[in-house]
Amino acid sequence: MKRGDGRKKDELRNVRMEVGVLKRADGSAYVEWGNNKVFASVYGPREVIPRFLARNDRAILRCKYNMTPFSVEDRKRPGPDRRSVEIGKVTAGALEPAVILETYPNSMINVNIEVMQADAGTRCAGITAATLALVDAGIPMRDLVSACAAGKANDGIILDLSKEEDNKGQADIPMAIMPRSEEVTLLQMDGILTEDELEEALKLAVGGCKSIYELQKNALMAKYGE
Amino acid sequence: MVSEMDPIASIKKEYINELVAQEKREDDRAFDEHRNIKIIPNYIKKAEGSAYVELGDTKVIVGVKYDAGKPFADIPNQGVMTTSAEFAPMASPEFESGPPGENAIELARVVDRGIRESEAIDTKKLCIIPGEKVYIVFVDIQILDNCGNLIDACGIAAITALLTARMPVYDKDGNPTEEMVPLPLNKIPITCTMVKVNNKLLLDPALDEEKVLDSRITVSTDDDGNIVAMQKGTGGSFKLEEIMEAVKISKEQGKKIREIIKNSIKEEESG
Repeated sequence: MKRGDGRKKDELRNVRMEVGVLKRADGSAYVEWGNNKVFASVYGPREVIPRFLARNDRAILRCKYNMTPFSVEDRKRPGPDRRSVEIGKVTAGALEPAVILETYPNSMINVNIEVMQADAGTRCAGITAATLALVDAGIPMRDLVSACAAGKANDGIILDLSKEEDNKGQADIPMAIMPRSEEVTLLQMDGILTEDELEEALKLAVGGCKSIYELQKNALMAKYGE
Repeated sequence: MVSEMDPIASIKKEYINELVAQEKREDDRAFDEHRNIKIIPNYIKKAEGSAYVELGDTKVIVGVKYDAGKPFADIPNQGVMTTSAEFAPMASPEFESGPPGENAIELARVVDRGIRESEAIDTKKLCIIPGEKVYIVFVDIQILDNCGNLIDACGIAAITALLTARMPVYDKDGNPTEEMVPLPLNKIPITCTMVKVNNKLLLDPALDEEKVLDSRITVSTDDDGNIVAMQKGTGGSFKLEEIMEAVKISKEQGKKIREIIKNSIKEEESG
């Protein structure tokens, strides 16, 4: 099976990562993934606002995902829409298992993901960047969270769908794992797949996440290694 | 869902974990068993389609209304379905009035995806005049009583309401006629939700099980056993094998629920 951009079925688009790109934030990162351009920042641990959300046994993690009006073909109306709210929620769920929230009772960690340019796979790029930003902020973590999608297009199971493959594709599965344990922390799927196809795609996505994991470690070493 | 500071929840958690370790649940169900399902199709006569659903003590109503309007520019010859949900304060002490929060939005979008992605609705047949006028199908979810697992209750109610929905036929000039036809549906996708508690998957979590869950997964399947949508909700994580187990449970339960829905509609039609 041939892909539009000539990639192999298990080949990622070009991914570039940089840690610590924003001065004011406690932690930040930039990820360029194909034509996606995504920033993530982390503030905290800090005071919980509103107060009633505070937990006396652990920190809370709040996540905001936003797409800029100029990030897509037709201008997107600024502000949160239903899609962004849902992605914010599942992103928090994807990061939470890796963050040792018990370290900071009664406090809040804010993760902000801003998509500057969107080209299929922004939530995976966002989670990948947010993880780097959390590490950059010095938040203790059990493992990194690495994200990558797999799916089905032109009747083949493929890794990391491009915009064209996503639009015309038959299924898309954004996924995130904690690579050391291979525990899945983000899983969504839409499209139509048989059980066998699903299993193949999930395994392919795990492989993609592991490649992203290596790139994340390299980006962190570039900033903090000797 | 454990986000509320609830001392009862932490006591409950130990208790439910212990039950699960003994292969038991509070209400004596098997791990892969839904609570009792009661469906009243066509519950709201003012709506074009509707269903009242009880899943255990959880009670929801879905109404389908239609309108004729402009199609999206990129799909000029296809009708539009839109799903929304409101967490009415009536249904739970934790629900507040106001615009939908992230849980209500997630619920609506997960129910919506289960139906949309299965291609159950033939949206091309919902076109009246290409580029100008198409049917817009509104699926509105109203929650009466949240006793756990709103996703599955609302999923059952939404597809049943769509199955009962009737739309007016439009003439060539785009004016509605007296003739009514069923909504073009060719599948019955079913959405099943499981939670992981003490490393076991529990289908159709009751409220207490929801409060102590480690993680949650939802799988929608169609009549042919294909997987059409999935969602991991909340924090926590799953192993790959657990995901595939959830898929198998969802496929099996989907078959049973599909029959319950079909039978409830048959009974309603025969009066």
